[in-house]
Amino acid sequence: MLYRESGQFISDYRADRRLFRLWQERAGFYLLLVFAFAVVPFIANDYWFSAILVPFLVLSLAGLGLNLLTGYAGQLSLGSAAFMAVGAFAAYNFHLRIEGLPFLLSFILGGVAAAGVGILFGLPSLRIKGFYLLVSTLAAQFFVQWVLTSVGWFSNNNASGVITAPPLLIWGRDFSSPAGRYLLTLAVVVALALLARNIVRSELGRHWMAVRDMDTAAAVIGIPILKTKLLAFAISSFFLGVAGALWAFTYLGTVEPHGFDLTRSFQILFIIIIGGMGSILGNFLGAAFIVLLPILLSNLSGTVLAGLIDPGQLENLQKIIFGGLIVFFLIKEPFGLARLWQNFRERSRIWPLRY
Amino acid sequence: MSSPLLELSHISLSFKGVKAITDISFAVNEGEICALIGPNGAGKSSLLNVINGVYQPDIGDIIYAGTRLRRMQPHAAARRGIARTFQNIALFKGMSVLDNVLTGRNLKVRGSWLEQALHIGRAPGDEVIQRKRAEEIIDFLRIQPWRNSIVGTLPYGLQKRVELARALAAEPRLLLLDEPMAGMNHEEKADMSRFILDTQREFGTTIVLIEHDIGVVMNLSDHVVVLDYGKKIGDGTPQEVRENPDVIAAYLGTSH
Repeated sequence: MLYRESGQFISDYRADRRLFRLWQERAGFYLLLVFAFAVVPFIANDYWFSAILVPFLVLSLAGLGLNLLTGYAGQLSLGSAAFMAVGAFAAYNFHLRIEGLPFLLSFILGGVAAAGVGILFGLPSLRIKGFYLLVSTLAAQFFVQWVLTSVGWFSNNNASGVITAPPLLIWGRDFSSPAGRYLLTLAVVVALALLARNIVRSELGRHWMAVRDMDTAAAVIGIPILKTKLLAFAISSFFLGVAGALWAFTYLGTVEPHGFDLTRSFQILFIIIIGGMGSILGNFLGAAFIVLLPILLSNLSGTVLAGLIDPGQLENLQKIIFGGLIVFFLIKEPFGLARLWQNFRERSRIWPLRY
Repeated sequence: MSSPLLELSHISLSFKGVKAITDISFAVNEGEICALIGPNGAGKSSLLNVINGVYQPDIGDIIYAGTRLRRMQPHAAARRGIARTFQNIALFKGMSVLDNVLTGRNLKVRGSWLEQALHIGRAPGDEVIQRKRAEEIIDFLRIQPWRNSIVGTLPYGLQKRVELARALAAEPRLLLLDEPMAGMNHEEKADMSRFILDTQREFGTTIVLIEHDIGVVMNLSDHVVVLDYGKKIGDGTPQEVRENPDVIAAYLGTSH
């Protein structure tokens, strides 16, 4: 009843290929956009912007990047944070060393630099698969961090390798306030998420999924495996690179190479596992889970258990509960939160009937 | 009789010394249905794999559409118009039927990946063209109701049909079918035979197929090649093959 396609006749292929096919989806999407762009800036406070919304958006974008590679093209990677680091440090250097470079362009160039590094570390995927590939992407993780720490040039010879965000000026307007940083992040993430949604339903997306599901058959029907895999690494790393630049510039403000360590890569991997492989929406749900749940837990335990347990233990307890919840969710829904949403959608098509 | 589209001359293939195919030569005419039959392990699938470049023969040549080819790579074979299906279905199980059929058209797609990603230039128009052609194949094989179903959730018989659809979507000149009717019941076999004959008649596709059901083979094919232990023991029309003493011996056994 609530969500159904009856009465919506699609009479040409162009209409059938729209990004959002049903009016319910379109209306929902536009409402969400209006809410995020026009309402949230007025109702949220600085804490929400800086500590919750911006990291949520950036991690969603990072998840999106990894999901293109792993969920769609089937290539496992633990180098996500490395590509983020490349994006962040490259964007910083482009902005620093090229006079008058528009701010957004330095983000894009940062992404392009990350894509280049992604292709380089994607080369082993042509010969090895699965867990072995996962291990070889670890090389990216350690190598990039080592280079950024030991070559001073990348951080403009800062003693501790820290880069600091320049003022966020776009077309003469300052986006440095918490709300401004939120809006900037939101705009970039929305644009890239729409791009990703378009890619995965295009011919390129089909090539990725074909290689994921059965690469020998993909080769037999003429899909160029080498190009498909390397493009997956490049585009995934581009998304991760832009996410890294956002992480450094709009979220943290200052960042050192160690901000992009293996823990971050795991965090992004968890986002796509919890959110759902092979889904765009799943990245947002997964990132929300990863960002919001710990905050929720700490607030809850802070009020409920305050005084009963000492604060150090409380923090460990939170981690235990968090881990337990992840396990619980994956047992209940191994295909992630995106699948829960899909099931809900299927149900609401026929609601109030059962089947 | 038209000229041969495919000619195998003196093909031999071995795996680490185990001979799979020994000195096989035969020709397939343009527009005919050629059946490869023989007991298990006779080398039928290996021969198909040689034709579309999955295996490289130790010796021998393939003459395809007048060109002599020593070695063939799978994607080169695809580009020359050779499509195939597999004995144990090789579909992309996580994708919808429509997407699977569309992947079959990958060599016809115009527009670079950048145009596709940004939905600019040639890509938007091309997507519609490819979709139209894919829908024609879907109609042809009557799989419209499952267009948006995920392939992995479909029953076996339908998956076989989707795999044929993906192969046909490439508009092949030569279609290789590896046991298209394996594991099917009577009605499904009848349907599949119909689709194979229709393919030959409507698109003029040359078809090489492997099949165990002799009844089906005799009714369907213009030309039968019989293999046993990697060697060719019979080659001719169904009638000729049926009367060939070597074939009778291989299939029924002889008293020694």
